[in-house]
Amino acid sequence: MNKDTVLMKGNEALAHAAIRYGADGYFGYPITPQSEILETLAVEKPWETTGMVVLQAESEVASINMVYGGAGAGKMVLTSSSSPGVSLMQEGISYIAGAELPCLLVNVMRGGPGLGTIQPSQSDYFQTVKGGGHGDYRVITLAPSSVQEMADFVGLGFELAFKYRNPALILADGIIGQMMEKVVLPAQRPRRTDEEVIAQCPWATTGKTADRASNTITSLELMPDEMEQNNIRFQKKYREIEANEVRYEATNCEDAEYIMVAFGSCARISQKAMDIARKAGIKVGIIRPITLWPFPTAIIAEYATKLKGILTVEMNAGQMVEDVRLAVNGKVKVEHFGRLGGIVPDPDEVYEALKAKLMK
Amino acid sequence: MTKEEIIRPENLVKKKPTLMNDKPMHYCAGCSHGVVHKLIAEVIEEMHMEHDTIGISPVGCAVFIYKYIDIDWQEAAHGRAPALATGIKRLWPSKLVFTYQGDGDLACIGTAETIHALNRGENITIIFINNGIYGMTGGQMAPTTLVGMKTSTSPYGRDVKLHGYPLNITGIAATLEGTAYVTRQSVQTVAAIRKAKKAIRKAFESSMAGKGSNLVEIVSTCNSGWKMTPEKANTWMEENMFPNYPLGDLKDK
Repeated sequence: MNKDTVLMKGNEALAHAAIRYGADGYFGYPITPQSEILETLAVEKPWETTGMVVLQAESEVASINMVYGGAGAGKMVLTSSSSPGVSLMQEGISYIAGAELPCLLVNVMRGGPGLGTIQPSQSDYFQTVKGGGHGDYRVITLAPSSVQEMADFVGLGFELAFKYRNPALILADGIIGQMMEKVVLPAQRPRRTDEEVIAQCPWATTGKTADRASNTITSLELMPDEMEQNNIRFQKKYREIEANEVRYEATNCEDAEYIMVAFGSCARISQKAMDIARKAGIKVGIIRPITLWPFPTAIIAEYATKLKGILTVEMNAGQMVEDVRLAVNGKVKVEHFGRLGGIVPDPDEVYEALKAKLMK
Repeated sequence: MTKEEIIRPENLVKKKPTLMNDKPMHYCAGCSHGVVHKLIAEVIEEMHMEHDTIGISPVGCAVFIYKYIDIDWQEAAHGRAPALATGIKRLWPSKLVFTYQGDGDLACIGTAETIHALNRGENITIIFINNGIYGMTGGQMAPTTLVGMKTSTSPYGRDVKLHGYPLNITGIAATLEGTAYVTRQSVQTVAAIRKAKKAIRKAFESSMAGKGSNLVEIVSTCNSGWKMTPEKANTWMEENMFPNYPLGDLKDK
């Protein structure tokens, strides 16, 4: 077996991928079910190999602001947390979006609200794709459904973040973080040199040299006409991301009469439910959004007219279902099936829900 | 003698620091901020760190410090400047990284970030402007507001039963293992300004030498918030602030 093919947890794979992608810094605070990310980095000691900085912060508030500092200085930085910790980060995420900085955020979701539970959930969909913090901003959101994607989305997330100077977020659920699977880790890339950082990020606070004006990283603009222009610029960027960066996976949709829309581990569970349904002669397909923002609106709208019904399967009380309904705009019945509070649905109950909600 | 004959290099007796630009400052007449800004610009220039300095501006009156000193800046959320500085300094260890914060920003909403950055011994400098009041939002009570001092949210004077006690955060900083140089200065007289400048230089040099974290408190006036003339505010500061916040070095490792 290739030595880069290993068996490990999603959280561990993500940590290894960050080192291997050439990330400059990780700042984080322990919280279940994602603490293996910081623990793996601490064991690997990348500061002795690639020179990557790893720091345990005093809170999620501090870690997101360390990311804000590092990102403003042009460095490739990330943080990770789970739902309650990500709530604490929302102020910083809003500032980072407002200052148009690239960085990678990871939320390994657990059940809420409040302290909730440490068991898996997908109930931070609204928080992530609808804003979370204050102001009109968007976060590029990637939803892995395997340990392999936990590793792969580190590179993809940084790539998109730097392409658009916007935060990107890996929205995993506790299952994806905790389960062990075979994963091919990416090859080790060197970190960018200081000169490469300066060349790639001429806007960053790398020290004002004689050949340029001062760089200021800020989200502040007191003049409303200027601030409106800033917002118009952000919205233009968001439309560009929506036009270019939608990612999804469609399975068995060509002949489907029913489609399930599910992300993360719910997509894996729905796949089994689809197999059960197909065996019973029911033509079911799956659309798995890989980017939750930008949402695969067009493909869902395209199928809407050909279907008898759509079921979203989510570990929440019905969040993504709203975006599916917006996409189909009343053309077809859209129902939601969800388990709450850390309960993971099994394929049989998804199959039963499909029949009960769409075929009666 | 014409104006042109007077304005000649050989007649120059005092020069504005090159890093200070000509933008009109938004500060009130009599405010301490302008003086401290100038000292920082002078020290950076004298240390030849113009191309290697990153400042973090706060939320508060000094939020716009980035408009006045021509170095690279990042503007933090309220209280979070030490966390930004931590990230930047860890990732660019060869740079001079400092924060500029007021008492509401540093000693209240940002207490955790301040204490932990200092205690980790981050090789940064925190310039702490303590005028005992929230200036920008219009003169509300701060953690450093003196007992009995009237503000818009303690209109009958700070009452310890209601509001608790003034926080001596610089005193706390001096007790932390991670701090190298902790000092309290002021800028109301020429002599005080000279001492404050020396303290800022020492703190910057200490952070570049990797000795640990450094805190320079400047006990300051906010004559608008205090509702006093600039002159009266200086006298009031000497009579009331200095006994509570005594000047001098608290720690010099």
